[in-house]
Amino acid sequence: MAAISIRGVKKRYNPKALVIHGVDVEIEKGEFVVILGPSGCGKSTLLRMIAGLEEISEGEIAIAGRVVNDLEPRERGCAMVFQNYALYPHMTVRQNIGYSLKVSGVPKAERDMRVVNVARIVALEPYLDRRPAELSGGQRQRVAMARAMVRSPEVFLFDEPLSNLDAKLRVAMRAEIRKLHRDLGVTSVFVTHDQNEAMTLADKLIIMNAGRVEQIGPPAEVYHRPASRFVADFIGSPAMNLLEGQFDDHGQFVHGTGGRLVVEQLNGVRRPGLRAVLGVRPEDVRRTEPHAPGAVSGTVDYIEELGSARVIHADVAGSRLVAVDASGVSLAPGAQVHLSVASGVLHLFSLESGQRIEQTH
Amino acid sequence: MIERSPLFNAITYLAMLIGLVLVLLPFWVVFIGATLSLPEVARVPLQMWPSDQLFQNISAAWIRADLGPKMINSLVVAVGVTVGKIVIAALSAFSIVFFNYRARMVFFWLIFITLMLPLEVRIVPTYAIAANALSPVQALLDVTGLTGLVQQLGGVQIALNWNLLNSYEGMILPLIATATGTFLYRQFFMTIPDELVEAAKMDGSRPMQFFVDVLVPLSRTNMLALATIMFVSTWNQYLWPLLVTTDREHFGTVVMQLKALVPAQNGTPDWNVTMAGALIIMLPPLLVVAVMQRWFVRGLITKDK
Ligand SMILES: Nc1ncnc2c1ncn2[C@@H]1O[C@H](COP(=O)(O)OP(=O)(O)O)[C@@H](O)[C@H]1O
Ligand SMILES: [Mg+2]
Repeated sequence: MAAISIRGVKKRYNPKALVIHGVDVEIEKGEFVVILGPSGCGKSTLLRMIAGLEEISEGEIAIAGRVVNDLEPRERGCAMVFQNYALYPHMTVRQNIGYSLKVSGVPKAERDMRVVNVARIVALEPYLDRRPAELSGGQRQRVAMARAMVRSPEVFLFDEPLSNLDAKLRVAMRAEIRKLHRDLGVTSVFVTHDQNEAMTLADKLIIMNAGRVEQIGPPAEVYHRPASRFVADFIGSPAMNLLEGQFDDHGQFVHGTGGRLVVEQLNGVRRPGLRAVLGVRPEDVRRTEPHAPGAVSGTVDYIEELGSARVIHADVAGSRLVAVDASGVSLAPGAQVHLSVASGVLHLFSLESGQRIEQTH
Repeated sequence: MIERSPLFNAITYLAMLIGLVLVLLPFWVVFIGATLSLPEVARVPLQMWPSDQLFQNISAAWIRADLGPKMINSLVVAVGVTVGKIVIAALSAFSIVFFNYRARMVFFWLIFITLMLPLEVRIVPTYAIAANALSPVQALLDVTGLTGLVQQLGGVQIALNWNLLNSYEGMILPLIATATGTFLYRQFFMTIPDELVEAAKMDGSRPMQFFVDVLVPLSRTNMLALATIMFVSTWNQYLWPLLVTTDREHFGTVVMQLKALVPAQNGTPDWNVTMAGALIIMLPPLLVVAVMQRWFVRGLITKDK
């Protein structure tokens, strides 16, 4: 039985504006699921509908087999960590963590014991008698997590909990959350717009765009087999090259102002005359010798230095082609480069619907 | 930025000094007057330094105006009204800010309008209600014909009556609605982040628990500021207590007793006793302000959270 079933869920804040256009997701027990998407796509709304903070306009959500549409947040067995921590400013760390237990009438002795236990897990024991204002950002974040953990909920919900931390702390907290999940094994739903965060944390990714689910799958699958042009563009940095064009009579892909790419691996789908979007990741585009088979020539627009490698932005017959180059050869803007596309790593998307066109091998 | 020059500074200080003198001079006169003997107070011009009769005058005033029991009355009314106002203001602001119901804006504007209807304006209807607090219910029964129906069926004449005149309830209840207080609370509640409310919901807190456990402690400074203003203004109430109490013996307040302290038309002009009485009467609000001023200023100005 799934820990959380989301079935045909829609959300409208007002009668005209549909914000979530029907989402179906099954989340298994103990899974760490990350909802990833650009800001404003409805991630928080979906999460808040699971939490019970937002009404479900259509469809149903079940937690542990029980439909929760009409249940209060406290009856759903979820705990939530908020972006701005949302700690009670007048309470000490101890009181903050213990508040949910106090509300549900847990006796003081047991409450204190449980608070100390979770405080130990997140290394907050020395700070139990401080107030939130006397803690650093990372410590507040940990209080928020301890507060979620103390009730032993069935589900953890996180709404961009790390976005207020500086980059270094964010990476550290990410590892901490990952470890906590490994130790506790509680089903978790984590919302973020940061793909690195999503890729490192998720067992399963849910990619959302404009109120719709674009793809559900493990991070590697989403990366290697993006289900749509949107996902291809959104996941990966630098972003995937996406060339619009058409297959000619020889099965070559014509793009830009007439540039041609040899795309033998697309056997089976490269129908002459088919208009499509060809995708290839920058790390699969290599610099090569001028006469290498399949090489195309272009002009360097500019170079992004990454330290370990450089990102070449080149103009190839009117199309932008981005390549990652680790060779260390220096290139100036305006220079000629020869690029070739590694075989076996091309993606094809429908020009109209943006959906992936599956390749038959 | 304001230009700062020696001349400007001097002008600022002068203006403040004049203001201070204007405010403090009457108090000084009262204090001096309270220390003088009868011949001294009758002398013209009034002397401007204290004499040695303060305690004699105070005890004379205390006895003449029966200030002991009246102090208690004043205290009961002022504390009752202050507490009532804070509770009502906090609860109504809680309802307006945190609950989403259809009539919310209606209530908001109703409260807003009462800002323009202070007690003095609505004193006659308020008195009518105080004379029989159940008269609106009675009117409702009469209009709907229920009274007649019950009389026909049961042979009983419904005549509801709850008289608030000459009682502490009568002096307190009609004063406890406060639009100002509601607005002060509303402003504060609107600064509470939504996330905090949601965190409490996730923690399982019910609305009244959230109110008591989170909102009340967070609004402590606002509450003390409001309490200060309300205590002082209620202590100084004159018109309403005068109106609802005919039994001055038992329910008179100290401010009403000021009249008893003023020398009679052709009695002894012992203004020194009057001044001593005034001094006693203004002491409690002065003490409250002195004790509360730290929170008072903070509650009205900053939003410390
Ligand atoms: N309370 C609300 N009332 C009306 N519209 C809202 C409300 N909350 C969110 N929205 C709209 O719903 C959409 C999705 O919002 P949200 O779920 O917060 O996006 P995300 O978390 O992915 O950034 C946005 O277009 C936003 O403007
Ligand atoms: Mg959001």
